[in-house]
Amino acid sequence: MSSRRLTRSAWQAGALLMAGTLVACGSSGPSGGGGGGGDGGTGQVWALEDGALNPIEEASIERFNEGSDAGELELATFGNDPYKQRLRVAIGSPNAPDLFFNWGGGNLKEYVDAGEVEDLTSLLDENPELRDAFLPSVLAGAELDGKNYGLPMRGMQPVMMFYNDAVLESAGVEVPETWDDLLAAVDALKAAGVTPIALAGTQAWTELMWIEYILDRVGGPEVFQAIRDGEEGAWEDPAVLEALTMLRELIDRGAFGNDFASVGYDVGGASTILAQGGAGFHLMGSWEYTNQLNDSPEFVEAGDLGWATFPAIEGGEGDPSNLVGNVSNFYSLTSSSENKEAAREYLATALTDDEYISDLIAAGDVPPVQGVRDQLAETENGDYATFIYDATVDADNFQLSWDQDLPADEATEMLTQLEQLFLGNQTPQGFVDAMSAL
Amino acid sequence: MAVTRQDRPSGWYLAPALTFFGAFAVLPMVLVVYLSFTSWDGFGTPELSGVGNWERLMDDGRAWDSLWLTLVFMVLTWLVQTPIALLIGVWAAGRQRNRAVLSSLFFLPLLLSTAAIALLWAAVLDPNFGVTQRLPFLGDFNFLGNTELVVYTVVWVISWQYVPFHTLLYQAAARQVPQSLYEAATLDGAGRYRQFFTITLPLVKYTIITSTVLMLVGSVTTFDTILILTGGGPGTATRILPLHMYITGFSGYEFGYASAVAVLLLLLGAGLSLAVTQATGFRKMQSQQEGM
Repeated sequence: MSSRRLTRSAWQAGALLMAGTLVACGSSGPSGGGGGGGDGGTGQVWALEDGALNPIEEASIERFNEGSDAGELELATFGNDPYKQRLRVAIGSPNAPDLFFNWGGGNLKEYVDAGEVEDLTSLLDENPELRDAFLPSVLAGAELDGKNYGLPMRGMQPVMMFYNDAVLESAGVEVPETWDDLLAAVDALKAAGVTPIALAGTQAWTELMWIEYILDRVGGPEVFQAIRDGEEGAWEDPAVLEALTMLRELIDRGAFGNDFASVGYDVGGASTILAQGGAGFHLMGSWEYTNQLNDSPEFVEAGDLGWATFPAIEGGEGDPSNLVGNVSNFYSLTSSSENKEAAREYLATALTDDEYISDLIAAGDVPPVQGVRDQLAETENGDYATFIYDATVDADNFQLSWDQDLPADEATEMLTQLEQLFLGNQTPQGFVDAMSAL
Repeated sequence: MAVTRQDRPSGWYLAPALTFFGAFAVLPMVLVVYLSFTSWDGFGTPELSGVGNWERLMDDGRAWDSLWLTLVFMVLTWLVQTPIALLIGVWAAGRQRNRAVLSSLFFLPLLLSTAAIALLWAAVLDPNFGVTQRLPFLGDFNFLGNTELVVYTVVWVISWQYVPFHTLLYQAAARQVPQSLYEAATLDGAGRYRQFFTITLPLVKYTIITSTVLMLVGSVTTFDTILILTGGGPGTATRILPLHMYITGFSGYEFGYASAVAVLLLLLGAGLSLAVTQATGFRKMQSQQEGM
């Protein structure tokens, strides 16, 4: 009978589905088909997705696989947020990568404290030329308690003050060297009818850059370092309140216009506003240059895109050469890796390899290695590249972005408080109280 | 004809559904209740922390603000969607050809993914490059940047997204209403409005309840649209409870505390659907067409 046949095929379909589910569950377990890589298997290298840089990293790994008999490596890439979540869940599990991309600082410290990261100090001791190849201030970004836990693998990304030269010129504004210059420039640009400073306020990390620089200039880098080290009452340092008050005054002055709360960065919002002459300044990471070059080439080619370091603050403790931003990105080795030999050899040879460095430079990156200034100067965007290189070499201190340097829970709360401060829903004192209450 | 025991489907028919329900609904729920009593940042194994997360939830002003906002969204989206969906649905139930053509246009948002809808509206409402910016009157508003206006903007986008679905429910329900009732009413001299309120509305009552439960429970879990459209911002202006859970869980990596928020959401959703079905007599499932 037909209904019996139906019963039967329903059963079969059900059984098949269930089997499928079981198989799917199984593959996330310890046997880990493509994930873990075992002894003699292919070592996994995890990095952040980047259209320009991933092919270079891929090529570097391929060269290594061809030239070495220590083992094979393989690159896997992920978008920003998925990467952070995935790495956290994977690390310590049998699906952990062997080498993983990170930002150094407090972000890496959480993994080190969990006992999941291999100490690379011995690797640097065995290869002194490797240690000398990198800029010390950048290598220090992955140093904790005198031990090294990562090697720089991408360019440096300090935060810089970008400006639209044509806009400044028509408003009669000079590039500000001091805070007072900046305030005067804000007033002049407002009078000229443009938004003085473009800000992608839907994303709190763009707002963070402002308080990072102001606090550094006002109180010096030590103030934030005490906060990061979790010292008692560190948020209550008077410099924090002073910096927040200065920022609040800048916002109230109309420096960021009225629309910033709905301007994005990822969709090209703030950068486009700068390029189209709707704003005078834009404080952003050094990647802004590449973005402008891709999205608004005519703006860059006309010579209207300008760049400078953040203004000095008179009477402040911080050295005007100090930088904040992404010091660099690092590869770290997981302590549970079963491909340590290959991974260590890769770290020791591939990251300072001439071809890898030239590829990075050609892609517009400024690699954190010694003696590439001449090579940078020869590139198409030599002016900009050498500006970034010199600024980092000369920097007295290079502070990692706070949201990467603080533990995740504290960073999340801080970003929320900061957004509220920008919207006028939180006072500087309220910010300090909320952060010290954590 | 009496249905004999043997003609009934075997209990085994339930097995696949039960397996899936157990693995993907019951088990995660049990786990999340367990996690809510632990402290876990994603590394190592969760450590029991007693009622610590629950005490924190009681004192967390932001969580209560989020809960309030969730309820506001719930009420607003219901108030906006129900009348529109009901009217379009009943209208679309007519067999006229122009209605069929227009209805298929109205259902278009149903074909778009949530991400596409959120990105579309974010682009339309952008204060610098959006379409609304170029229009008279509308151009004066910053729909996504104003902390008060943004609540209504989100309600609008969510309604735009889900009205077609509820319209479909009402269209099907209205077509079930026997034509003879309308014919009788016409003979008795009842006008269109009278027919709508005394025939259509009572007979689609259970559809209204179904649609209401879906909307209420849906607004407890609405998340993706708001995440993409505003990210809960500006500030915390649209941070409803599910987003608060997501942000504490996946930005702050406080999985224990985020689980406590999740349990609160679970109770809220289950309580709401129970309350609605109890209060309206939905569970009795009485026939609405006695004697037809």
